[in-house]
Order: sequence, then structure tokens, then C-alpha cells
Amino acid sequence: MARESEDPAMTKASKVKRQRKKKPKENKTRTVHANILYDNAKGEENPNRHYANNEIKTTKYTLLSFLPKNLFEQFHRFANVYFVFIALLNFVPVVNAFQPELALAPVVFILSVTAIKDLWEDYRRHRSDQEINHMDCLVYSRAERRYVEKYWKELRVGDFIRLRCNEILPADVLLLSSSDPDRLCHIETATLDGETNLKQRQVVRSFYDLDCDFNPLKYNSIIECEKPNNDLNRFRGYIIHRSGRRDALYKENLLLRGCTIRNTEEAVGIVIYAGHETKAMLNNNGPRYKRSKLERQMNVDVFWCVIILLVMCLFAAVGHGLWMFQYGDKRPVFDVLSPEGTDLSPIMSAIYLFLTMIIVFQVLIPISLFVSIEIVKICQVYFIHQDMELYDEETDSHLQCRALNITEDLGQMQYIFSDKTGTLTENKMVFRRCTVAGVEYSHDANARRLAMYQEMDSEEEECTSHGGTLPRRDSVTSHQSARVVLRSQSTKSHRRTGSRAEAKRASILSKHTAFSSPMEKDITPDPQLLDKVNDCSSQMDFMRFHSQPTSQLPSDLADIIDFFIALTICNTVVVSSPNQPRQKVRMRFEMKSPVKTIETFIRRFTPSRLTSGSNNSSSSSLITNRSSNKGCSSLLSSPSAESTLTKLDEEQTPRGLEHAFSPVPPCYDGKGWNLEEGELRYEAESPDEAALVYAARAYKCSLVGRLPDQVTVELPHLGKLSFELLHTLGFDSTRKRMSVVVRHPLTDQITVYTKGADSEEIQSSFFCPWKRQKKIVNRTQNYLNLYAADGLRTLCIAKKILSKEQYACWLQRHLEAETAIQGREELLFESALRLETNLHLLGATGIEDRLQDGVPETIASLRKAGLQIWVLTGDKQETAVNIAYACKLLDPEEEILTLNADSQEACALLLEESLHYIQAKFLCSSTEQIYSSSSPSSHSSSHTAAPFTVHRLGLVIDGRTLAYALDKSLEDKFLAVARSCRSVLCCRSTPLQKSMVVKLVRNKLKVMTLAIGDGANDVSMIQVADVGVGISGQEGMQAVMASDFALPRFRYLQKLLLVHGHWCYSRLANMILYFFYKNAMFVALIFWYQFYCGFSGSAMIDQWYLIFFNLMFSAFPQLITGTLDKDVSAETLQQLPQLYVNGQNSEEYKPYMFWMNMIDAFYQSLVCFFIPYFAYADSDVDLFTWGTPITTLALFTILVHLGIETKTWTWMNWLSIAFSIALFFTVALCYNASCPTCYTPSNPYWTMQRLLQDPLFYLLCVITPLVALLPRYFYRACQGTLFPSPVQVGRQLDKLPAETRRNILSLSRVKVGSPLSPKPPFLSLTKPSPEVCNKKDQRSFPGSKTSQGPVLQTVQQSGRSPLGPTDTERGLSDLYTLLPTEIDTLPYTKDAPPLSGGPHPPSSQDSECLDKTLEAADLSLSSWITSTPLLTQTDSVQLKLPPDGDSQCVTYTRSSEEGLKSDHSVHPAQRTEQAADQSLHTIL
Amino acid sequence: MIGAMMASSYNEDGHITVSGPGGGTLRSKKPENTAFKQQRLPAWQPILTAGTVLPAFFIIGLIFIPIGIGLYVTSNNIKEFEIDYTGEDVSSPCFNCSQSFSWNSTRPCTCVIPFYLEQPYESSVFMYYGLSNFYQNHRRYVKSRDDSQLNGDMESLLKPSKECEPYAMNENKPIAPCGAIANSMFNDTFELFYNDPNGTKVQIPLSNTGIAWWTDKHVKFRNPGLNNPNLTAAFQGTTKPVNWRRPVYELDSAPDNNGFINEDFIVWMRTAALPTFRKLYRIINKTSNMVPTLPRGNYTLEVVYNYPVRSFDGRKRMILSTISWMGGKNPFLGIAYITVGSVCFFLGVVLLIIHHKCGNRSNSADISN
Repeated sequence: MARESEDPAMTKASKVKRQRKKKPKENKTRTVHANILYDNAKGEENPNRHYANNEIKTTKYTLLSFLPKNLFEQFHRFANVYFVFIALLNFVPVVNAFQPELALAPVVFILSVTAIKDLWEDYRRHRSDQEINHMDCLVYSRAERRYVEKYWKELRVGDFIRLRCNEILPADVLLLSSSDPDRLCHIETATLDGETNLKQRQVVRSFYDLDCDFNPLKYNSIIECEKPNNDLNRFRGYIIHRSGRRDALYKENLLLRGCTIRNTEEAVGIVIYAGHETKAMLNNNGPRYKRSKLERQMNVDVFWCVIILLVMCLFAAVGHGLWMFQYGDKRPVFDVLSPEGTDLSPIMSAIYLFLTMIIVFQVLIPISLFVSIEIVKICQVYFIHQDMELYDEETDSHLQCRALNITEDLGQMQYIFSDKTGTLTENKMVFRRCTVAGVEYSHDANARRLAMYQEMDSEEEECTSHGGTLPRRDSVTSHQSARVVLRSQSTKSHRRTGSRAEAKRASILSKHTAFSSPMEKDITPDPQLLDKVNDCSSQMDFMRFHSQPTSQLPSDLADIIDFFIALTICNTVVVSSPNQPRQKVRMRFEMKSPVKTIETFIRRFTPSRLTSGSNNSSSSSLITNRSSNKGCSSLLSSPSAESTLTKLDEEQTPRGLEHAFSPVPPCYDGKGWNLEEGELRYEAESPDEAALVYAARAYKCSLVGRLPDQVTVELPHLGKLSFELLHTLGFDSTRKRMSVVVRHPLTDQITVYTKGADSEEIQSSFFCPWKRQKKIVNRTQNYLNLYAADGLRTLCIAKKILSKEQYACWLQRHLEAETAIQGREELLFESALRLETNLHLLGATGIEDRLQDGVPETIASLRKAGLQIWVLTGDKQETAVNIAYACKLLDPEEEILTLNADSQEACALLLEESLHYIQAKFLCSSTEQIYSSSSPSSHSSSHTAAPFTVHRLGLVIDGRTLAYALDKSLEDKFLAVARSCRSVLCCRSTPLQKSMVVKLVRNKLKVMTLAIGDGANDVSMIQVADVGVGISGQEGMQAVMASDFALPRFRYLQKLLLVHGHWCYSRLANMILYFFYKNAMFVALIFWYQFYCGFSGSAMIDQWYLIFFNLMFSAFPQLITGTLDKDVSAETLQQLPQLYVNGQNSEEYKPYMFWMNMIDAFYQSLVCFFIPYFAYADSDVDLFTWGTPITTLALFTILVHLGIETKTWTWMNWLSIAFSIALFFTVALCYNASCPTCYTPSNPYWTMQRLLQDPLFYLLCVITPLVALLPRYFYRACQGTLFPSPVQVGRQLDKLPAETRRNILSLSRVKVGSPLSPKPPFLSLTKPSPEVCNKKDQRSFPGSKTSQGPVLQTVQQSGRSPLGPTDTERGLSDLYTLLPTEIDTLPYTKDAPPLSGGPHPPSSQDSECLDKTLEAADLSLSSWITSTPLLTQTDSVQLKLPPDGDSQCVTYTRSSEEGLKSDHSVHPAQRTEQAADQSLHTIL
Repeated sequence: MIGAMMASSYNEDGHITVSGPGGGTLRSKKPENTAFKQQRLPAWQPILTAGTVLPAFFIIGLIFIPIGIGLYVTSNNIKEFEIDYTGEDVSSPCFNCSQSFSWNSTRPCTCVIPFYLEQPYESSVFMYYGLSNFYQNHRRYVKSRDDSQLNGDMESLLKPSKECEPYAMNENKPIAPCGAIANSMFNDTFELFYNDPNGTKVQIPLSNTGIAWWTDKHVKFRNPGLNNPNLTAAFQGTTKPVNWRRPVYELDSAPDNNGFINEDFIVWMRTAALPTFRKLYRIINKTSNMVPTLPRGNYTLEVVYNYPVRSFDGRKRMILSTISWMGGKNPFLGIAYITVGSVCFFLGVVLLIIHHKCGNRSNSADISN
């Protein structure tokens, strides 16, 4: 774009003016002309010349620019600049400390390592660019009047290219012609978004009617479209024909670079965007760089190091100044004049010395730290990649680390935000049951079949685990029946979608077909319903034969057939046949395109057509298919049908030819996967669509073809019917439904079929003209609740018949919306809403989305690990709640707060009251915490979130309430409530809300967040979180592309976090601390020496050792330890998730630890300095003969220190330490023997050799490291005994024999309150407290404040809502009256007439009911609840009050807390009334 | 492993992977099940608790204390005698010399210091001179030398390295040896006389060879002009350091101890580590097993007082010492070993108590509690 704005300057002056006039226009759009028109006028005249060509160059450097550019980039890192600055400082003679060349060595080394790495990467990029640029494609050449092969890079915008099947698109191309009879082109977009289903693209409408081949020479239109952008799902523009006609262009017309042409023999298009301006390339924005928490913390300490460095330098400088000053004018002989012979004043020399000291002490800022961390992280990523347990055999995929530098963040997570569908569940939808016209069909056989899958799976697993050599199939079949009963009880938690083998096959298959696992395909129909369908269709057939209007059909039967038709056509499923990709053969409509203009519409509905239409269109829409029933051919009557046949014959030959070229689907395992010839395969964009289509097929109502303007359905008895598809109003997340507008072939009515999420639909859209319908709606609603309670995904199916006038009216406005330039999306949305009203409910379906393997266990152990798990889902509340129960996110024992509010005020009130409730309820345990939590801002500074989670509370909030709660004014309250709950479930949340929630928690609570999801709707959340995890599952790759880590399954999160996260964190934390220690210790040695050399910046350590000490001698062991050290074994970490708290609380690397390490470093350096000092005091030792032992001692001390900190010693640790020592001595010996005159000033010739003959040296080597490390060693030993950290206990567990360990672990699992958990653990703390609390409450309640004492008083004062009553008594009771409308929310109120106007005083009936529950609220009740959680729950679900009711605060409480609740509700009625009144007031 | 990073980061680039249809690899991506890749390398896992660490402390204590005692005894057996002859004090024989002296004075000042040795020195005795407050380790001082010149390199001889500045050239002649170290060479001389009980004054022979490192004398330091017996000619064109009285080729009469390879010079050039140091001056070799090298009695030390130390408050000493295998007299290491050994032993006891009191708690039983 910048290029285009520069253009005018480049062109001739005469043109400038004209160009400038055009400029504003050009800025918004891009105009593309056909290149061939300008072939003669090369270069200058071509209007497309300013657009990027198709050559891509992803390299950063050229051969020439590499060095400067790379250096420039490296100097963006501050540390590099610092080190280079110091190295350069050495070239200034006054301040230099080392030989300048030598001082450059480490910097040059580091820089060159990075440069070489960059160069190699760039070279690889270059190679792949070359490869891509030199791929062939067919471009039309005007000169030769045919398509000629050209390289991709030679392609220009405006070129015509011809694409053949299975070719990869070289650029973004506007589709102008396709060999497909329907003018379609199928593409596979796997490389862009990972979705493997075929997508249809359409030829631009104006070229739709071309009968003959597209001739580029005749093309003379101009295309105007958007500037290049990276939105894959958007393309707008129009094409202007010579005639002046404009046609709109949509994303359906655009073929994107990188996609593959499938199922289409040939297509021709014009290049719109090329090279770097293609959407694929614009989307390609390199690896993400995140900074981990540990690194942030480390940077703080690096900063502290800088301060320490400056302080030390300043100290030395002042010292030097004073030292100089004390001699006054008497210049001692050893104080050498400056090279010029001039005398330096003390102040000047102090200033010079300051700079010198910076050079000498530079090691304090570890130059190798950054490099080392990078290396260690790469190794960690490598090991995570290699973990077998994170490998999923079914999909042959393993964990991918897409962000390389935040592995250690995995060990510090505090909040997990999880998507539900596809993340917790398989996202393999299985049709379970349905209800049609108010009658439920339970599909028992289907349920049994599903159970069988489960059996087979567990069976198979057993076989493989026990006797691998056993013939598998045999054992399965022979024992299966016997095992079913047994197993169904024992392995309840074992859920899987089918046997392994089958799943594997499915996974292979899924590369070709999206979402069609065997389970979705085999559906056992409910016999009753099947009968009805047969019945109905035969009746219809009969009626059609006798030309009776179909409206005579009994309405329930009509509903059934409509229901299935809706299932079949209300989707975007594409049909393909596995054996023959181009199975689709059809006769074309006379009217090819759907009605798009009013004129055509009017033309089509001329009276003549209307009268004759009925028969004609239905018969003309016949389709022949190889698999079709031959009986259907009796219906072939119209002349057009004959033409179909002839066309079919014509197409036979090319098809045969093409068959040879087209990819033959691989033949999978011959026995099990014998696809019937001609079996249809459905490619759906989402798995529920596929499930529904397969379900309909089980009822012989199968989708056989889909074209942009027509859907073909095969019905029993009726044969194939073609529905003219007038409109498809796609699914969107706000509307939560999709519709198709079709013309029914039998009735010729314009029918809208809608399917969508139920509550929305039922609430707003159903028109209830007569009683029956209303009854059906009610009954359906009941069943829907039941389904939801079963954890099924529910969808409502509805239809609507439009009269011609209504349709025309709607169409007009819809077309306006479609052609609108501004705000097209909103207009289309509104248009869809207009259509989807007054629907007639047909029925509802329940689709099961099964939990993934091991999800409950994973959640349980993650929670034990102290992680807060929030589930954010788009599903409806009931479904979500039940899945939450199923996966143990919610516990039947815990109380659930449900927040459903209809307005901002209601939401505020609700939150306020929840807060009070929590305060009141958990008064005894954590008064002051809640108290302070009402002002979270003050708390956010101290990042302690854990103490708030002690309550056994679950929070359920729906999308609408969430929207209010996320408002600026309420978010603090919402957070305060949410974080005192153990689990939070947000239902019906939009992608934006998901990310807002994550952002809120992340920013306000200052916690580490992890978001995990699998679909496009999770992308924003994944990007916002500190760590984003994508599940590489069913819904494409968008989540994976956005994520930092991609997992094949949710359960792998457990090992990833608990084991790898823990390891990565503790390894890196220890390594960083060690680094700081090491450098400080080494540098401090020199610092102490300054006191004995007049602060002159002299070093007793040879500059070689000084510079290479970090880089070589002490580098390897810490890398090995940083990579391989395991503080606790993987098994123990997984069995004791509590150990994860270690990372959450940053226990390995706390700020004070840095200082402790610094102090230890200073102590150790003191020892290492002063023991040699005293040992050699007043002797004839020379500077470097004395300094070399100190270096050696420091090395030994540092290595042994590492040894103390190393938890596991493998041979690599030993080797690395031995190597370090050997390297030091070898280098020292060689260096000291190499040159007698070099290496000024130390000139250490033969020093080491002499030292090795000196017994004193060995004596020092023994005692000094020992004294230096004695405190640390002693401390560690005491700590290990007296106050072992949980990790240490875990380590001790590791040492025990396996059996003892298992016993202990099983014990500790029962009692979580072991000393293992650093904080008072969950159970032991909270278990008694609610009881105590309850008792207290009950006792004290009637007598108001007598026994409550001061505690309550404070709470009441702090927690009183502004709306609350003023006097104490009221305040108190207000506290206990949790929610004013609570009584209204009791079960069964939904059947009661809508509350009219004001608050509804609680009737005595209600309180009686409550009393009953109170009586029952003992163990038996709670156990009953536990066993049937779903029932209780549906009972207590409070349905929404009518929309005019203002404050709809809906809550329900469960189980043991029921007693408490009812206790409050019995309390004076006027209280509630008053409160409700107030809430009303606030709303009004 | 860097390779691994590159590979993956390369993939991160999101390049369009160009692979023809059917070109997929069939090889499973399953990771290899090796101990290394699965991080299951056999490992030793020491756990630091009182119980496990306990023996180490006792062992250290038991080993260190005897070593310390041995070292202490050894150090105590070393005989050492020290005279401070700086002459700051008025009563000191060298007071006059110290007062009137500066680098440029030409008249040598001699002072005579009598002393009494209470013990006879049996083995060879090493005579040191000691300086205090002399910062021979000053950064600029240490650098101020030219090793190639000292190694006999003709080119460096005539064109000293800039490190020697400002002691590289004098009156447009290169200084040999150049630099501040050489310039400030210690130039007091000692003569030791034994005052026989019968009144005669016997000069004790002081050997001036063997006091420098062998490698220094034979490898590092060489006279210019290979084996040129005429040193005066070899040093032609150079001048003596400013503070020196004689040129370098007149340091000693013996040709193998003259010029750069003069051992006194070599010893001086080895800069001391600390501001208080001693340097070996002469060796009094043991003559026979029967007679002690230095019998007890009265001695006289005649010092030619040349070296000024007043400017930096320095002290000058003469030290007579025998040496053992561990060098000169220094009780520090012995005491250190004994102390550390005792401390370890004590800590061992503390740990023992801790282990007995709380040790059981930290065992496995503790976890289930």
C-alpha cells in the first residue's frame, strides 16, 4: 500500500495530476484489468503494474545486507548493546581492563552464534521460496493464444490462469470459469485453516451463463475490489462490464493461494492478489514471541544486578579516589602515571576507574544467561515433543510447542479457561434422540448401540494391554456379549468413540472427509418413528399421485416429514462419493440461479407459472444417481428429464477419463471398511450438521446432492426431490441459528426451515396461533430440558411457510441489505432476524457430544493442583451444567450460584447479593478475605488468588448476564464473586466474551491464565491468555494456529502442566537463580580484591579465566542440570497434583531468593577469597600464582554448589562436571605452557604447572569449597528434615519402593490435608466450616444478633449493599435473605401464571414446601441428590419470567445448603418484598 | 538441539508447504521410547536430610582435625625471624637513612642492625625482604612491563611496548628494562654477619641464585643478542630506568646472573599479589649436617639503605625463615582445618539431635499423617 502511495512520484510529471485526482479512490480499492489487453504496452501502460507480482521472498536478508541487518537486529536486544559497549570501552586506553581483542571475544562469539543461526534459517527460507517460486502454472498468453506454462513467480495481477484438479493455487484468483456443470469449483483449504472438508466456490455470476469455454480474449471487464487484507473470510468487490453492468463479488468467488483444487477438472480465473499481497501470505505472521512470567521476573533481577554492579563500581571508584587522595602529593612509585606522563587527580582517576570497574565486573550481568536460557528452552521443547505419553496414536499427532519460549509458564498456571465442545468433549456428535411434534422418540436401540461402542473399545484396550498377541477380533466377538453387562457398570468413566482400530481408520479417513466417524453414520432408527415416516411418505406419495393438496395430511405426520426434510437440507453439508469424486451429475434447472433480483422474481411468479409450477418443478427436479432406486425412474416424465439422461451419457466418457486421474481413495482395511459402492459421504463444516444428516438418512431421508441453488433429497416412496434453494442464512454466533429458504417441490410453497439453539428460538420466535401448537411447544420445551439435563446438545427445528407477498417483501429488503456497501453485515443480520419469526416448531433433536477420555480425572487432578478451572461455552445453560457435572467440574455436593439477569441493574443486585451470601455463609472461615475482596483492586497487587477459592461453590452465569457483569462498573464485583467460587461456568458466551473474561481475570487478579480450546470461537481467548493451548481436534486448525501449544487431547493437559510445566519451571527457575549466584560469586571475588589493590581495578584472576569462566568452564553442567534435572519423578507429580502449587506460588524463584542467593554468593566469594588470602598472607606469592588457585576454588565451589542443587544425577551430570573440570585444567595447562611472552599483563607462564606441584594448592582445594558450601549444605539438610517443602516430600516418596509409595499415595489421596499441601488444604479447611457455620446460623438466626458477636457486625457493615435497609436488624436479616426473589425462583413456578407487575409475596405454600425440603435436607437427601443430580437440577431450574418482568434474578441452590436457604426464606415475608421492591425501584 | 529449534521455528513461519497430492509421509510420528528421550535416564537422587547428611559431617570432622593438627605442627616447626628496618622510629639505626633519602640521592646510606637469634636454624635458611603498603598489584603498575623485551627480543628492546609508558623512553632512548615495575625495583642490599661469641664478625655467605622460578630464569627472561657475552654491547642504544643507579647489564658480575636474567630482577618482576609481601632475597645454604646453618647468637645485618618507602608509609623488613613442604610459616591453614573439622563435628552432633527429634517425622510415615 505504501508502494501505491509512492507511485505518483515515480511517474511522469504530466501524469501526476491525474493520478492525484484518482488517489482517494485508489486508496480504498484495487482495480484489476486483464493483462492481455495491455500486452503490447508493456510496463508503463499496464494499469496493474503497481501491484506486487507473485514472486515471494520471505527471506530477511540478502547476501550483501546480511551482516549489517543482522547486527542491527541483534542490537535490538539491550543486552547485546551493553556487552558491545563494554567491549568497546576496552579500546579506550585510560579505562581498559583487558586486552581489547580478548574482551571482544565473548560478544563476538554470542553474536556470531546467533548470526549463524539466523543465516541458516534464512537460507532455508530462501530455498523454500525458490522452490515455490519455480512451480509451474498455466498462464494465458495473448501471443500464443493459449495457456502456456510459467513459473509462479512470473505471474502478475491480471493474468488469466488455468487450474487443473489437484493443483495448488499460485495466487488469489477470481473464479471466472469452471468445467463443472454447475460452475462450481471445489477447493480444499487445509493449508490455510486446516479444515479438510471441501469448499465450494462459484464462478462470478456474470460468467455463469457462458455455455462455451471461457475465452480470455473476450474478457474486457474491470474488477474493483478491496485492498489486500488478511481476512480469509472476506472479499468484496464488483466487476464492471463493458456494458456498464456491475456485479458484486463475494468470497465465494475467490480462490485463495495455497488451497488445492479438488473435484474440478479445470477452472479459469484472473489473478487478483499476487505474491505477498495474497491473503495466505498476509496471514502468515511468523512465530509469536511471548515473554514468560519467569523471564519477566528474571529481568527485574537483571535490573537489580545492574544496580549492584553500579553500586560496586561506585564504591570502587570512591575507594580509589580516597586511596589516591591519602597519598597527596607524594606520588608513590607504584601509582603509575598516565601514558602521557601526566598526573591524574584523584577525582579524574576515580571517574576513569568507574568505567574500568564496569568492564571488570561486566560478568555480573551474565552474557551467557540469555543464550543459555534459549538453549535450555529448546531442549525442554524437544523433550516435551518427545514425550510418548503426549502422543496420540489415533491421530498420529503429538504435542506441538508453537511458542518456544514460554515452556516454564506451564508450571505456573493458576486459572484454566476451557472451552467445552471439542475440548472437554470429543466434538464427535452422535444423534441420540429427538422429539417431533411433541412426541418423544427415545431411540433406545441407538443408545444400546452407543454402549456397544464403548464396550468394544474397553474390551479392545484390555486385550491390547494384557495379551498383545491374542487375536483381537476373536476375543472381542466371543466375549463381547458376556462382558456387556459386567462392563457397563465397571467402566463407566471409560468413554471413547469406538474401538481403537475403528477410530484410527476414521482418523485416516477424516483426512478426506470431515466429521464422519463411524458412530455418526450408523444410527439405529427408532422403530416407531420409522414407521411413522414410512407411513407419512407413502401417504404423501399417494396424495401426490392423486394430486391432492398435501395440506390434508395430518399435521403431526406432516411435521414429521418436514422435520426430516429440515434435518436434511437446513445445513451446508456437501455430498461427495468416496469412489467417484465427481459423482454429482444432474440436470440443470431451467432457472439456474436463485432469484436475485426483483425482476426475475416477478418474472418467475407469473400466474402461468404459479398454476403449472407445482407439477413441473417437482418432476423436473429429478436426479439420477448410481445408487438410486431404479424404481424412481418411473417418475421420469418431463422432457427435461430426458435431456438429463442424454447429458448423463455425454458426461460418462469424460468422467471415466477423469477417474483415472483423480486420486483414488486409498483402500482401507479391506475387511472392516468396505464402502458400499456409491455410498454418499457428507462433508460438513460442523459435526452436528453431519450427525443430523446421518440421522435423517437412517430414516431413509437422505441428502443426495447439494448445489448452490438446489438441494436434492431422497425420500422413501417419494424418491428424489429437489428443493430449490433460494437463500441460505448461515449460522452465526449471535443469532445462534441458521435458516434455509427453499421452494418445496411438492407444494411449491416458499418454506423457511430453521434450526437453532432452543431457548432463543422458543423464547422469541414461535408463533402460537392455536392451542395445539402451544402445547407442542411446551412439551417440546420439557423434553428439551430433559435432553439438556442428559447433557445433550439440543437443537430446535422449525419451519415457516411464506406467502408470495411476504417473501417478495422480505426479499426486497434482503436484497437491499445484500447490496449495501456500508454495514452490510448488520443489515443482513437484521434481515435474517426478520425472516426467522413466527416459526412453526417441528421438533427438537438431542445430540450427544461425548466427553473425551479422562476428562473428569484430568479436571480433578488439575483442580487438586490448585488450578481454578473455568469453563466458557457457547452451549445453553442446562447442557453446560450437565456436562460440567459429568466431567466433575461441578460437584453434586457443592452449592451452585446461578446468575441470570436481564438488565444491568438486576445483574448488579444479583452480584451484590451473591457477595453477601458468600460472606454470610463462609463467615467463619474467611471473613476478612471476603471483606477485602469487595475491593479487589487493593488485592490485585498481592497476587494471591488461591485463598479465595476455598468455598465449595460453583458459579453458573449465562452470556447475557456475563455481558452485564463484564461491564466496567460490575467487573470487580463479578470477580469477587467468581473467585470465591471453586468452579465457574459461563454459558452462552460469545467468543468476545470469552476473551474478555480471560482478560479480566488476567489483568485484575494478576494471575497466570491458560486458555484451551479447539475451535475458531476460542481463538480470541487463546490469544489473550498467557498460555494458549489448542486442541488439534475436529474443528480445523484455527485454534491451533493461534495457540502456543497444541494438544491432541484434553487429558494430555494434565501431564503437560503437572509434569512438564513443573519440570520446566523448576529447572529454569533454578538455573536462573544459579546463574545469578554464579556470576555474583565470581565477580565478588574481584571486588574483595579491590580492597587490597588500592581499588585500582586490578584482578588477580587472569583475564582469560575471567572472560571464559562463564562461557566455557562453568557453562555445561548448568545446561545439563537445567535440561535434565527432575526434582520429582513424573509419576509422583501426577499422583500428587498438589506439588503443582510449587510453581503457582513461584516457590522456586521468589524475589527474596534472588537476594538469598546473592548473599550466599557474597559469603562464598568471601570464603574463596579470604582462605587463600590468609593462607598466602605475607608470603612471596605473586599476583597470578595467587589468583589461579582462587579461580580454581571458585570453579570447584560453583560446581559443588550446583551439585547440591542438583536433584537427579545421571551420567550426563557426572560427565558434564568432569568435563568442566578437565576443560579448565587442560586449558589452564595449555595456556600456561603456550607462550612465555604473551598474554600481558598476567603472563602466566608455567603458573598452573607449578601450582600443581604445591601441596598447599590441594589443601586449599579441599577446605575452601567445603567451608563455602557448609552453610548451604547444612541448611538444605535441616530444611529437608525440619520443614521439608512439598516437593522434597515428593522426592522422598520417589525413593520409597513402589508398593509403599502406592499405599501412602492412596492414603494421602483420601486425606488431602497432609503436610504436603503448603496451605491448609481444601477439605480439611472447608469441610468443617460450613457445618459450623450452619449451626451457628441456625442457632443465632431467630434471635438476630445475640450470639453472632462482633464478627458478624463487621461483615454486615462492610457488606451491606447500598440498597439495603439501614437499621442493624434489617441489615442482619438482609444478609441472610440472600436474594429477594429467591422465593419466586422455587421449582415449578414456571407453570404458575406470570407474575403480574409487582413483587410476589411468598405464600405459605411456598414456605411449607421449603420446610419439607428442609426436613429432607439431611444425608439421605443429599445422597439422593448425588445419585440423581440431573433430576434435582432440572427441578430447580427456574425458567425465565416473561420478558416484561423486570428483575429476573434467578437462583437456585442445591443439596446441603437447601436447609440454610429455606431457613432464610421462612423469614418475614415483607423483607423479601421490600428488597424486591427496591430492586424494582432501581431498575425503574 | 539448536537444529531442532530452527526446524520448528521454521515451521512457525507458516510457509505454504508444497507437497503434491499423496506425498504424505506414512511414517508414524510416534516418539522413540528411549530412556533419554523419555527422560528416564537412570539417576542417583540424593536427598538432603539430617539423616543422610549426618555421616558426611562426622567424616569431615574426623579427617580435618588430624590434618589441621599436622599442618599446625608443621607450621610451628618452621623458624622465622623478622626485622623491621624501615627506620621510622628515632631509635632505629636506619632512622637517619630513612629521613635523608630519596630516589635521586647518589650517596649510599648504610645502617647496621644487630639482632639475636634465640634458636639455631638447622636447615637452609631463606632470606626475604618484605615490604608493606606497597601496591605492587596496582592495575596500571602490573601492566607496566614489556615481556618481549625481557625475553630478549631486539625489536622490543629498542622500541618498548606502549604498556611501558610513561617509562618506555628516556631522553629519546628506550629504557631497558622498561616499565614501572622495573623502574621501581627494590635496591636495598643486605649483608649478614655472625658475631661469634669470641668477638669475630663472620660474614655469612648468601647465595643469590636459585631464588627465582626456573622457568622465569631460563625461558621467560633472556638477554638480548643471543648468547652474546658482551652485555654492554647487547644493550647498546638503551638507557637505564630512571630510578636505577646502574644500567641493567651491571646488576651482577656473574655473567649468568646479569642483565635481564639477574635473579633479583626476576624476583622483583614477579609482582606480588598483596600490598604486604615478601620476596626471596638470598638463600643461606646448609653446609653440613653437623653445624646448624645459623647457630643461635648475635648477628649483625648491614643494610645499604636505598629504597624509599616513606612516600607511601611503607615498611621494610628483613626476614630469615626456614621452610617446610608447605612453604613458609603460616599457622592459618592448620587452624582453619582444625576449626572447620570441629565445626563440622559440632554440626554433625546438631544434625544428630535434629535427626533423632524430628527425623522420624520426615520419613514416609509423615506423609500419610
